[in-house]
Amino acid sequence: MKFSKIAAATAASVLALSAQASAQTQIDWWHAMGGELGEKTEALATAFNASQSDYVVVPSYRGSYTETMTGAIAAFRAGEQPNIVQVFEVGTGTMMAAQGAIVPVHQLMEQTGTPFDPSAFLPAVVGYYADPQGNMLSMPFNSSTPILYYNKNVFEAAGLDPEQAPRTWAEVEAFSRQIMSSGAADCGFTTGWVSWAQLENFSAWHNQQIGTLQNGFGGLETELTVNGPVTVRHWDNLAAWQEEGVFQYGGPGGGADAPPAFYAQQCAMYMNSSASRAGVLNNTPDFEVGFGMLPYYEDVAGAPQNSIIGGATLWVLAGGTAEEEAGVAAFFNFLSSPEVQAQWHQDTGYLPITQAAYELSEAQGYYAANPGADVSINQMNLNPPTENSRGLRFGNYVQIRTIIDEEFQRLLAGEVDAQGALDAVVERGNTLIRDFEDANG
Amino acid sequence: MQTKRTIFGNKGLPYLLLAPQLIITGIFFLWPAGQAVYMSFLREDAFGMSSTFVGLRNYTRLLDNAEYLDSVKVTLVFSVATVVLALGLSLVLALAVDRMIRSARGYTTLLVWPYAVAPAVAGILWWFIFNPTIGIMPYVLENLFGYDWNHSLDPDDAMTLVVIASAWKQISYNFLFFVAGLQSIPTSLREAAAIDGAGPFKRFWTITLPLLSPTTFFLLVVNVVYTLFETFAVIDATTEGGPAQATNILVYKVFQDGYVGLNFGSSSAQSVILMGLVVVLTFIQFRFVERRVTY
Amino acid sequence: MVENQRWLDYLAHAVLILGVLLVAFPVYVAIIASTHEPGAFVTGTIPLLPGANTLDSYAGVFAGGVASQMSVPIGVMLANSMIMALAIAFGKIVISILSAFAIVYFRFPFRVLAFWMIFITLMLPVEVRIVPTFEVIANLNLLNSYAGLTVPLMASATATFLFRQVFLTMPDELMEAARIDGAGPMKFFRDILLPMSQTNIAALFVILFIYGWNQYLWPILVTTDDSYQTIVAGIKRMSDVVDSEPLWNYIMAVTVLAMVPPVAVVIFMQRLFVKGLVDSEK
Repeated sequence: MKFSKIAAATAASVLALSAQASAQTQIDWWHAMGGELGEKTEALATAFNASQSDYVVVPSYRGSYTETMTGAIAAFRAGEQPNIVQVFEVGTGTMMAAQGAIVPVHQLMEQTGTPFDPSAFLPAVVGYYADPQGNMLSMPFNSSTPILYYNKNVFEAAGLDPEQAPRTWAEVEAFSRQIMSSGAADCGFTTGWVSWAQLENFSAWHNQQIGTLQNGFGGLETELTVNGPVTVRHWDNLAAWQEEGVFQYGGPGGGADAPPAFYAQQCAMYMNSSASRAGVLNNTPDFEVGFGMLPYYEDVAGAPQNSIIGGATLWVLAGGTAEEEAGVAAFFNFLSSPEVQAQWHQDTGYLPITQAAYELSEAQGYYAANPGADVSINQMNLNPPTENSRGLRFGNYVQIRTIIDEEFQRLLAGEVDAQGALDAVVERGNTLIRDFEDANG
Repeated sequence: MQTKRTIFGNKGLPYLLLAPQLIITGIFFLWPAGQAVYMSFLREDAFGMSSTFVGLRNYTRLLDNAEYLDSVKVTLVFSVATVVLALGLSLVLALAVDRMIRSARGYTTLLVWPYAVAPAVAGILWWFIFNPTIGIMPYVLENLFGYDWNHSLDPDDAMTLVVIASAWKQISYNFLFFVAGLQSIPTSLREAAAIDGAGPFKRFWTITLPLLSPTTFFLLVVNVVYTLFETFAVIDATTEGGPAQATNILVYKVFQDGYVGLNFGSSSAQSVILMGLVVVLTFIQFRFVERRVTY
Repeated sequence: MVENQRWLDYLAHAVLILGVLLVAFPVYVAIIASTHEPGAFVTGTIPLLPGANTLDSYAGVFAGGVASQMSVPIGVMLANSMIMALAIAFGKIVISILSAFAIVYFRFPFRVLAFWMIFITLMLPVEVRIVPTFEVIANLNLLNSYAGLTVPLMASATATFLFRQVFLTMPDELMEAARIDGAGPMKFFRDILLPMSQTNIAALFVILFIYGWNQYLWPILVTTDDSYQTIVAGIKRMSDVVDSEPLWNYIMAVTVLAMVPPVAVVIFMQRLFVKGLVDSEK
């Protein structure tokens, strides 16, 4: 019969295909990098595939960070999960609590017998993604930290030294006033990521606790403590500065309105991710950009401490075969080699994750040729991280960030003062942390 | 519910005609929706590794939550404003096009064009237009009217923005149906009324509008459902529910809590409440509005 | 035209011109953005006149590749979108016109229940029920297939609801006449209902085509293979950048190109609209 012939032929070809496939183990990698970074991300997979013949890494763009993470979780629940998924830093709490759904990186390396030296990694990068014992849970991929960008031309026009970035918040204020009164620009400064830059990093930079139990690293029973006097003072200042036009609010989340304000020379200074460096340079053809570390309050003991990172890491989802896990380990090993890391760091502006990659970039003359590119690394490595400045780990942190934005908006609208706003952040945030504890306990 | 006065008598045929629709609905809607209802009684971690049956707790917590109740109010304001704006503008435009003979096609094309813009892109365009630094609208408002536009801090500005952006997306859709509806009104009726001396406005109220009521009713239902369920992409691209939840409509909260925050239990409970709300609303519409609609 | 009233004509033209300006403004912004340098839209008040970068933007988009940040060729993406939009539009129209016919012209047990079952599918977008939906698609082995891309989206109720409204407005005499002539239900459907609803079918086709064309989250959810990428998912991918600035000129150039097929459908389908207009003048 005709049908059985076709069926037989189909079966044969399927067998042939799967025989071919088993020669090379396929590793699915879901990522959230659109645009140019997406192309560079996929180039990493191509390079790995060309470097060996046992495994094929298949990258797949899955939308924004949120879409990628939620998609991967939906896939996990349906038993169709990828081997590797890229998750942003605020999802860390959710991922690490999902015991049984993820394979910690240190465990993966051990099981597969892959040579792996945790001390080769930069402590400030790896610390964020390690358990309290220092075991690495996920593979840092694209990490960055907020820094200060400023407009040298405006500084000059205002009679300021264009080579001198403001070091302290007092200087930020004084410079801003001079810039505004001289008419060099309409506003002093703006910022992307209010929550990340002006709360989380602000706390770490001033060695202030963000939450109990080592900022949440110590367990799910943690509570937020961001309503201390130093942060309250800073938020009060931001509200007063917004009122006077010294500071211009860039909107919730990443602060989408902030970059145009800096590019259009409306605001003279701008705080945002160090990885935005290339974008900032591309969009500011009409003026020279200077780089500086985040400002601090001089009278706060312990400031400046070190800044913390953001970005995303690669998590290994459970359910892969032994060959697949070996392939993932090999791929991670490839990603952390000094050459690959140095190249990635220089191409994208993300932080190098190993000491060797940093040193290689230096030897290659990258920092000499690209002034400002090492500000982030120096800032992050300024001091050995303390319990307050290692990072943070709270459940439901995606929603907590939304709460921080909301309360900041209420502060700027004059509905509450800084103490009231931050008290509300703590109270509402803690409710979410308790929910998370209940669901994962 | 209405049928024709006279009907066909076949017994099996209607089921056969309905089968494809019902099968797809059952598999791709009712099954997942049933799962969602089930999840609304659970407390789970994101990966579903541990789940506890918590009864109605997800529901009671919502109803005790002042923010959730605020969101109901916000939704009401948003829905009414968007539906009125979207239906009103498109009806006026459709009536104007209906007067045209030669230029009708040209105008229709220009008016329907924006409908081809993907919602994902529309959000970005509105963000461009209303951006406080580079946007054209804040610039015009400030220089012409001295109004300081700031939708990231002013709740009214934010609501205005999301209403305009959401209504904009529906205008072309409504316009198409109003044009089709107007074309199906026999010219003879309007001519007769004109001969009787009825002016254009009187004709509109006594003839056009009543005869247009099936279309209007259809669009009313579709637009209400649209504002309740499909506007979160626009809100996500423009205000993200802010400032301080001033534009946080119910479906955006479902999206935020479930899709973004991975709290599937509470998010499912919210969808169930939302579905219940729409069923009630639709029931009311069918019961009371459809009766007065002229067919 | 009922009568000549000049002032009403002028008013109508004024309203329409104003309406076109308002409604088309965002589209205009997109077109203008595609003619400028990548940074022009974030470094000052947005330009309202065309720039000098048009050729570069469109050439870059057609060439594809890393420079314009498009790893999937634009032709492939357009073809996928076309398949998806056509399948959804045809599928939905066929399925829903049949079920509306059943609901309006027959009386049978569970008729109201069936209508409500269909009607509630109008609600709950994918984003809200992502976990169970993914499970269903995965269980049915529909990941990475055109069937998975299109069939589930045919289940919406808008079209059924519309045809119900249309059929209810059809004069009862038509059916009585058909029955006297001894025509069966399917003959009545084919010879009378279908021709009489063609304006609505045309309007619906336009809307469903665009609905299918503009899907974003669904394709990205059910396909992981780049060869299924649609144009809107491609646009989203180009604009969804982390820690850098999107290349707006390329994004808007793709946006403009992605609008061409739906607009062509609108213009083509308008023929039927106009025909409807002429018919009613008889």
